[in-house]
Amino acid sequence: MRHSALIAVLAATLLAACSSQPPAPEQKPSQTEEHQPVAAQTAPVVQDDPYALAKLKDPKSILSKREIFFDYDQFVVRDEYRDLVAAHAKFLIANPKMGMLIQGNTDERGSREYNLALGQKRAEAVKKALTLLGAREDQVEAVSLGKEKPRCTGHDESCWSQNRRDDILYKGEY
Amino acid sequence: MKPLRLLAAALLAGLCQTALAQLSIEITGAGANRIPLGVASFDGERIVSQALVSVIRADLERCGLFRLVDTGTSPIAENAGINFTDWRGRGADALAVGSVIPASESGRYDTRFRLYDIQKQSVLTVGGYAHSAAPYQLRTTAHRIADTIYEKLTGEPGVFSTRIVYVLKSGSRYELQIADADGANAQVALASREPIISPTWSPDGSKLAYVSFESKKPVVYVHDLASGRRYVAANFKGSNSAPAWSPDGKQLAVVLTKDGNSQIYLLNADGSGATRIAASSGIDTEPRYTPDGQFIYFTSDRGGSPQIYRVPARGGEVQRITFEGNYNVTPRISPDGRSMAYIARDSGRFQVAIMDLTTKQTQILTDSQKDESPTFAPNGRMILYATEIGGRGVLAAVSSDGRVKQKLSVQNGDVREPSWGPFIK
Repeated sequence: MRHSALIAVLAATLLAACSSQPPAPEQKPSQTEEHQPVAAQTAPVVQDDPYALAKLKDPKSILSKREIFFDYDQFVVRDEYRDLVAAHAKFLIANPKMGMLIQGNTDERGSREYNLALGQKRAEAVKKALTLLGAREDQVEAVSLGKEKPRCTGHDESCWSQNRRDDILYKGEY
Repeated sequence: MKPLRLLAAALLAGLCQTALAQLSIEITGAGANRIPLGVASFDGERIVSQALVSVIRADLERCGLFRLVDTGTSPIAENAGINFTDWRGRGADALAVGSVIPASESGRYDTRFRLYDIQKQSVLTVGGYAHSAAPYQLRTTAHRIADTIYEKLTGEPGVFSTRIVYVLKSGSRYELQIADADGANAQVALASREPIISPTWSPDGSKLAYVSFESKKPVVYVHDLASGRRYVAANFKGSNSAPAWSPDGKQLAVVLTKDGNSQIYLLNADGSGATRIAASSGIDTEPRYTPDGQFIYFTSDRGGSPQIYRVPARGGEVQRITFEGNYNVTPRISPDGRSMAYIARDSGRFQVAIMDLTTKQTQILTDSQKDESPTFAPNGRMILYATEIGGRGVLAAVSSDGRVKQKLSVQNGDVREPSWGPFIK
């Protein structure tokens, strides 16, 4: 009894988990309707492309590029990142259920809370570029790690320039 | 609860030396201003170990206002006769004596003490505390006695019984630790694999608000120390940070980015009712209430560089406070509301500065490079802050007149983000 109850709970949990994820390729629409009628009704006309998800990790795809570096005390997304930002915006448009987290980072100099706000400005800059290109505002969350999670822990410009950075993460990666 | 392995004995000895060396170098005649004080061994102290008087002495010596006079090794009971001429000859202006007496209840003790004015040949105060022989109870008793002596001799309350909170980072582990004001008796309130920043005490000392990155973004928590329970005070879309308590403990000022850039909002302490207090197109952060609750001081880049501003806590006109230099951040108002400690950058050095809020006169208090997060002792006498020495994060303290300096470090790891707790009621 206990086992079957547990299995039922697990199954329900799995179904619930499925409903919040992009549909798997073999999933039939009727199946979705049967278990999640509400979700099916509100599902957008544009379906997420399941094969596109693989591109996010494909080193040959520009979508696998997830870092944007900034100049000292600057929040401007440099021209060299135009294609990268455009590709991610296109991906978000093509995959409307996909969500993105942008984490802004700073170098180690100065107040922790002020750096947190500086990192936020960098994350907001990329978010703004993405939404201007058509990504939905509610798909993208801009947050800051300030100087709390430095990739490089040295105390010179070669390290600082690596830490003045936005990281792009997709749902499932954070 | 895991005790922090502070370099207690070695450190305390080092502290005294550092403080005294600083005094003699910086200000001629400062030594003469220190009150010569004898703290005799307490009669019966050996029953409960000798961790009582040594803590009283260390407290009083470290604070920089007293010069300890040698009292010899013989204990002097609280009710013993005092040879005032002899003590005057030894150079003491004041003398503390005491007794530790087993109480009728098993395992309990009464410690009684008496403080003499040697010049006037009079009793300044008498006092007593009941306690067990547990090390933390002995320390608490010692801190209270030191507080009483401090107050009787300086006219202002002592802070030896108060506590501090800070973050210890060792490897990839972050611990929020609470310790006595001397850094001893540390306890872990929270351990995490992700950063913790900006801890700050509720005005009654029962809770801490802080920012944790455990959910891959900054979220503000309020943590009840007695129960160990905590709740999310601010987890809006975007970043949530920089909590500050209103003096009545009913509200929190926080920084949210739910509407774009970092801006200051007021919340009820339970996290409800977020309302924006000021608006700028850039960064507003690091809010701090004045002790009377009338104003909120904060850091903003609205003028092109980070500077300190203030706004009435009920909303209203924003006023700029700092003008010297192009980087002034982290405002902290003194308990009497008369001065402001903050971090000023000058030639790439980040240092603790203090401003007289009436005259607007400023003074750099430290000579270090990477100072952060200043926090006033509840009596306003000392400012604790984080800095870096030899590549390691340490805590240091400087008196608000810049004369007394102390250092506090741990064996392994970086200490940062200090916040000094309120007076124990």
